[in-house]
Amino acid sequence: MNLVKNLYQKDKLEQKPTRDGYGEALVELGKQNENIIVLGADLTGSTRCDWFQKEFPDRFIEVGIAEQNLACIAAGLALVGKIPFASTYSVFCPGRNWDQIRISIAYNKANVKLTGAHAGVSVGPDGATHQGLEDIAITRCLPNMTVIAPCDYLETKKATIAAGNMKGPVYLRFAREATPMFTTEETSFEIGKAQVFREGKDVSIIACGPTVHEALLSADELEREGISVEVVNNATVKPMDEKTIIESAKKTGAVVTAEDHQVMGGMGSAVCEVLAKNYPVPVEMIGVQDRFGESGQQEELMKEFHLDKESIKEAVKKVVGRK
Amino acid sequence: MNTKELCEKANEIRKDIIKMLEEAKSGHSAGSLGMADVFTALYFGDVVKYDAKKPDCEERDMVILSNAHICPVWYAVLAHAGYFPKEELMTLRKLGSKLQGHPYRQSVPGIETSGGSLGQGLSIACGMAYSFQNFDKKDNWVWCLTSDGEANEGQIWEAAMFAGKNRLFNLTQIMDRNNIQIDGYTEDVMPLEPLKEKYESFGWHVIDVDGHNIEEIIGACHKSKTIFEKPTLIIAHTIPGKGVEFMEWRYCWHGKVPNSKEAQEALKCLRSLGGKIKSESE
Repeated sequence: MNLVKNLYQKDKLEQKPTRDGYGEALVELGKQNENIIVLGADLTGSTRCDWFQKEFPDRFIEVGIAEQNLACIAAGLALVGKIPFASTYSVFCPGRNWDQIRISIAYNKANVKLTGAHAGVSVGPDGATHQGLEDIAITRCLPNMTVIAPCDYLETKKATIAAGNMKGPVYLRFAREATPMFTTEETSFEIGKAQVFREGKDVSIIACGPTVHEALLSADELEREGISVEVVNNATVKPMDEKTIIESAKKTGAVVTAEDHQVMGGMGSAVCEVLAKNYPVPVEMIGVQDRFGESGQQEELMKEFHLDKESIKEAVKKVVGRK
Repeated sequence: MNTKELCEKANEIRKDIIKMLEEAKSGHSAGSLGMADVFTALYFGDVVKYDAKKPDCEERDMVILSNAHICPVWYAVLAHAGYFPKEELMTLRKLGSKLQGHPYRQSVPGIETSGGSLGQGLSIACGMAYSFQNFDKKDNWVWCLTSDGEANEGQIWEAAMFAGKNRLFNLTQIMDRNNIQIDGYTEDVMPLEPLKEKYESFGWHVIDVDGHNIEEIIGACHKSKTIFEKPTLIIAHTIPGKGVEFMEWRYCWHGKVPNSKEAQEALKCLRSLGGKIKSESE
């Protein structure tokens, strides 16, 4: 797997926000390809587009607080051969400009890369209006759209570069706060491929985003309680690596999905669709249970919304009991 | 083409629109007929730079139809311009047809973007114009057609602000000012006036034209290409349903199509140029 050495010692791991990976990757892409254009909607610093803006000021376009315009200007650029990355918070894109993404980007198969920063309850004190919990649901249902939720700073960097190099619409989501960096440069990343980060026999936890590390921590603790847990990093929500998911379910016979997103319609739902059609097994879903977010600090919100390691452990035990 | 030939061409386009809509049994009559002169001016009046035999050529202008529901007029003009055979016009809105109810980019040569959800095209046009001006240093022009009702959408104003800020002089918007929308007259549903002053305050140059005077339209288009530092809006004042007497001015024809009897009447009207040619109207 090529993961870090102190994988299970959270306090020993370096913490970095996934959006930093995005910002750095943009600069790298910008150096490789002069067709890379970045668009901001008045959240340039917060979405880490300011690093690109500094390096390539002529290739950065500010549209102001106008997300519908953001999406369609990006579409226009893509239709004349540019590779635009349009960035704002996930609540605004795809939240506010879903119709624009649907028609001008997805229906057109325009080569636009959309990024939704500040996704998840982990956004913190800003509260419900800024905690994007439905973005995976409303992007994965669009034909021609690739949806990726990378698990840490490094994977975000790789995912951004991969998105820049592939043809077609892509939506990338990342969190706000610093989260553990637990993959390495050697950890493979390929759009459309899920990775088994930890092998196990009794339950598969299929997770995406920073929640993957919480899943690994819970797996480590459950081992000592006699439960062998497999952890799959399902970064590409669409197109999903159905083969790996089904293989894992066949191996363990029980699944827990985990994400910082509504349980309705997110990555977990997508996994349920695949398993129900191919290999039905008991599933427990960790995610936001049909409620809006609220203000708080990241750690306490993860607990409050049952997205933390303890909640994942509970879900594992529950699903084992259903086998 | 001289003016007389252009007027005749516009009349041909109108006849094709009626035939298409009658065959399709659904679609948008008023706007399509109303904009026949503008589209004729654009494609046959030496305004838009294009090559129907090489629809992807690098030197081509971009034409964006934002109020894409009036695509019957665009499809007819593209066919007459040689992008695809005229016979295909009768497949409008049929299953498997390249002529979808609202344009699908991948299926029709000469169409740069899919459309149909109002308010999006102007932003797309801005993106293209921005690229040509700032990245590619190309002198290709971007023509964006919109409707007046469409200006209810906030996104139109987002795009207008963006174009003004970035001085997108290579962008010309042509608005179909026919004063109608689905629920009634525009000034009753959501008043737009003073429209010219609004756009001017956003940093645009504005030209009013008679949307049925082909010479005036061509003149305004060429004028817009001499305005540097600002994008241009051409407000084309049109009569919805123009050319077919019983449709003119009536907003109910926005989304309605003529049945067989009405289509016959409409074609008779168009053939006789509104009753002026006596032998046709007997």
